[in-house]
Amino acid sequence: MVGGGAAPMWLQRALYAADAPSPRKKILVAIFQRGAADGLNIVVPHGAQAYYGLRPTIAIPRPSTAGDKREDAAIDLDGFFGLHPSLAPLKRLFDQGHLAIVDAVGSPDPTRSHFDAQDYMESGTPGLKATASGWMNRALPATAGKPSPVRAVSLGPVVARTLAGRAPAIALQTITGFQVHDAAAASQFEQLYADSKDPALCGAGRETFEAVALLESIQKQPYTPAAGAEYPRGRFGDSLRQIAQLIKADVGVEMAFADIGGWDHHVNELGARASEGQLANLLREYGQALAAFWQDLGDRMADVALVTMSEFGRTAHENGNRGTDHGHANCMFAMGGGLKGGKVYGRWPGLKADELYEARDLALTTDFRDVLGELVARHLGNPTLDGVFPGYRPKFLGLV
Amino acid sequence: MRSRILAAALLVAGLAAFSGFPAHAGKKKSAVDDRQFSRQIPKDERLLQALNRLTFGPRPGDIEHVRKIGLKKWIDAQLHPDRMVENPALEEKLRTLDTLWMPSDQLVRNYPPPQIVRQMIAGRVPFPADPDRRLMLQRVVARLDRGQNQGQGDAVAAADREISGILTPAELRALRTGSPQDRLAAFETLPRDKKDDVIAALPPGIRQALYPVAPPDLRRRLEMAAGPGAVVANDLVEGKLLRAIYGNRQLEEVLTDFWFNHFNVYLDKGADHYLVTEYERDAIRPHVLGKFRDLLEATAKSPAMLFYLDNWQSVGTGTPAARGASNRARNGLNENYGRELLELHTLGVDGGYTQKDVTEVARSFAGWTINQPQMGGRFTFNPRMHDNGAKLVLGEAIAAGGGIADGEKVLDLLARHPSTARFISRELARRFVADDPPAALVERMAQTFLKSGGDLREVMKTMLASKEFWSEGAYRSKVKSPFEYVASTVRAANGDVDYALPLANQVAQLGEPLYRKVEPTGYSNAGREWLNSAGLVGRMNLALQLANNRVPGVTVPSGAAQGIELGGPEFQKH
Repeated sequence: MVGGGAAPMWLQRALYAADAPSPRKKILVAIFQRGAADGLNIVVPHGAQAYYGLRPTIAIPRPSTAGDKREDAAIDLDGFFGLHPSLAPLKRLFDQGHLAIVDAVGSPDPTRSHFDAQDYMESGTPGLKATASGWMNRALPATAGKPSPVRAVSLGPVVARTLAGRAPAIALQTITGFQVHDAAAASQFEQLYADSKDPALCGAGRETFEAVALLESIQKQPYTPAAGAEYPRGRFGDSLRQIAQLIKADVGVEMAFADIGGWDHHVNELGARASEGQLANLLREYGQALAAFWQDLGDRMADVALVTMSEFGRTAHENGNRGTDHGHANCMFAMGGGLKGGKVYGRWPGLKADELYEARDLALTTDFRDVLGELVARHLGNPTLDGVFPGYRPKFLGLV
Repeated sequence: MRSRILAAALLVAGLAAFSGFPAHAGKKKSAVDDRQFSRQIPKDERLLQALNRLTFGPRPGDIEHVRKIGLKKWIDAQLHPDRMVENPALEEKLRTLDTLWMPSDQLVRNYPPPQIVRQMIAGRVPFPADPDRRLMLQRVVARLDRGQNQGQGDAVAAADREISGILTPAELRALRTGSPQDRLAAFETLPRDKKDDVIAALPPGIRQALYPVAPPDLRRRLEMAAGPGAVVANDLVEGKLLRAIYGNRQLEEVLTDFWFNHFNVYLDKGADHYLVTEYERDAIRPHVLGKFRDLLEATAKSPAMLFYLDNWQSVGTGTPAARGASNRARNGLNENYGRELLELHTLGVDGGYTQKDVTEVARSFAGWTINQPQMGGRFTFNPRMHDNGAKLVLGEAIAAGGGIADGEKVLDLLARHPSTARFISRELARRFVADDPPAALVERMAQTFLKSGGDLREVMKTMLASKEFWSEGAYRSKVKSPFEYVASTVRAANGDVDYALPLANQVAQLGEPLYRKVEPTGYSNAGREWLNSAGLVGRMNLALQLANNRVPGVTVPSGAAQGIELGGPEFQKH
């Protein structure tokens, strides 16, 4: 599968892992929308009259809206749900069956603290604070031999909680910047860290230098995304572009994590129209990045599943400042060549007063671990879910 | 050996949490804790422990200095920064950062954002009185206007035309080529009457190359021409680094960093751009060794916090302000501040409050608002936004009709609450003692907090008198945050900083953009959160650059620092 001729240096290095006869392992990419994204204005229940009653000034208009307001209306998916107009690039992926949406999903823990809810979702153990590792780290399939040093990559200045744990995981800001710019000094540093008596520093040093060595060669080639893929400017687009680059370079990535912040819209969530303002701008960046990632990876998406989540949803009713406060259930997206997309999964709980959670939020009908668990078990092929989500048995929705 | 035992214990704790036996693991861990945190370090190590934790790292000669005046006396001096003489070198460097001393409304006038500049042109807001600043602003305005009427590419072309109109091709070439020093020399040879026009018209590339080498007053004019608003943000981060590197009041500075982070606000959220300077200077710094209740109220009434957590817009249900609102700008209760006040500022997330408490607290603070936030406005209580009904907060009744006193009563309640005492003590111990501070120490600090009426100096004294602070478990156990790391490298290398912005950019690259943590949680006080591959690569590169004098704006005496040492494993800890 490598093709004729000698494999380049970096590929040989990628293949030194005894357990990696084929670099084409299944890959899972997780995206965290930090700040509690407003799921009800992302996957819009335009078929629910109550939605428009709860949000007199910040509802997304029905898809049937005519005339020059069309571009401010929800994009219909199935006659009941619609996408926020900024997510237009994702509509085609949904129609082609590559994008699945789960609604009324999230963490069953009642907390409305960003910090706690993110912590629970990232550890994969709602309500349990003592869990030291992230669900994604525990979901790494067992290996015989030495795994690739970039097997688990967290984009950003620190390893995200989701990916942190006993299995080595690296933080990566940019592929090109990931090197010590002085070769002689680099080997001195490598030795110093190897000799350190502090196990945390020694381990971090080892992981770092192994990954630096592996990434050395792909740093030298400028990266051009596959024809037509246009990542939006900014950190999130950069993160997804670099994940795509790593995947296509076959360096042994199995897990990747990226996040996008800024979803905490307590005030003026929308502008004068639905296609303007804070939420619209952020969703445009988010949707464009996902669509570009799909396009860039092309048929490599057969091996990849990408899943998105946010710590909780927002109040079903708008607050006093054209915004929303902290709520409960939310929506998740799952995208991949092997997924059964084109459908909104999950039981719709309704938005009438007596259907709301604590009389204010969208109720939860699907546990986020059902979605993640199915991807871990059936996409990655890791059957040991009780280690990934201790104390919980995920119920598969049939996404894979 | 020691650390291996600890690692094993943590592993056991982690596994136990997994299999659902946390109590058992807790016992094991605390037994290790007891040993780690009771074994005392020798005398020489005590000097280093004090300098590591209470300052931004020792400079050459600091250990000898502390030894000479005596550790106890030195600590006592650090606990009373107001009695201390400040380093004249710092005061000299801070003097040019004039925004640091201005009230918010003056900041907006003197370093206006584009929308205020437009109001100045329209005559609705007066131009600054200072003639130089006025002139420079008018030049900026003229450029702004030209930019408005053109596309991006046209604007660049126009800027080129403009500068070509002032300078000869040879003069322009000299400004574009050679080292920054060469370019500065070329600039200095320009005729005096040309200089101001040139500054206003310089393309960004040339301007930025001059920053690190320009004398302070010239740099100021260059920055002003680049955009007055950016000066405010640059001064803040420069000031923070300069104080950390040069200041004599080191503990006050460490605590200012700690408490700003505890009561985090985000510089780039709209009007906060002009409110954070005053916030740190007047709400945080004066109280870091004072009473917690005063600190809490100063933050609660600060325009920076009111804006950041949206409370300035929160309107009580059924109040005149809510009824009088038109449909477009609907007003109502906003619980953002109420929640973070309980969770992050006082009780802690497990401090024992409910969603109902959050709403009741939000009701108590409705009407705490800002007069003209976009003009650097001031705190004001607006009774028309406040619902004057009775409230019930944490089981305590607040009678109807209290007005502004409702919020003040909530602050009283929270400031003397045992959960607050514990939460604050734990975070302080996490910053100063160990990532997982021993529970017994936290409890003693909390008792001091409660007995002293939340006197933060007394809480610090309890911590500094504890066996845990001077123990093997604490000594060199923490990984430095990026800010601590960058400041400590410059201090260790005896670097001289003429221009601190490049250093601040390094701190941001390492994951801790100063004044720019979006989330109200602030950055973690646990050092281990900062240990990862991206950070290590960045730290090693910075260490090499610094030792080789390649960080713009910083000069390190030759041979004063070894990049290998500053980037090595031992220097990552303190």
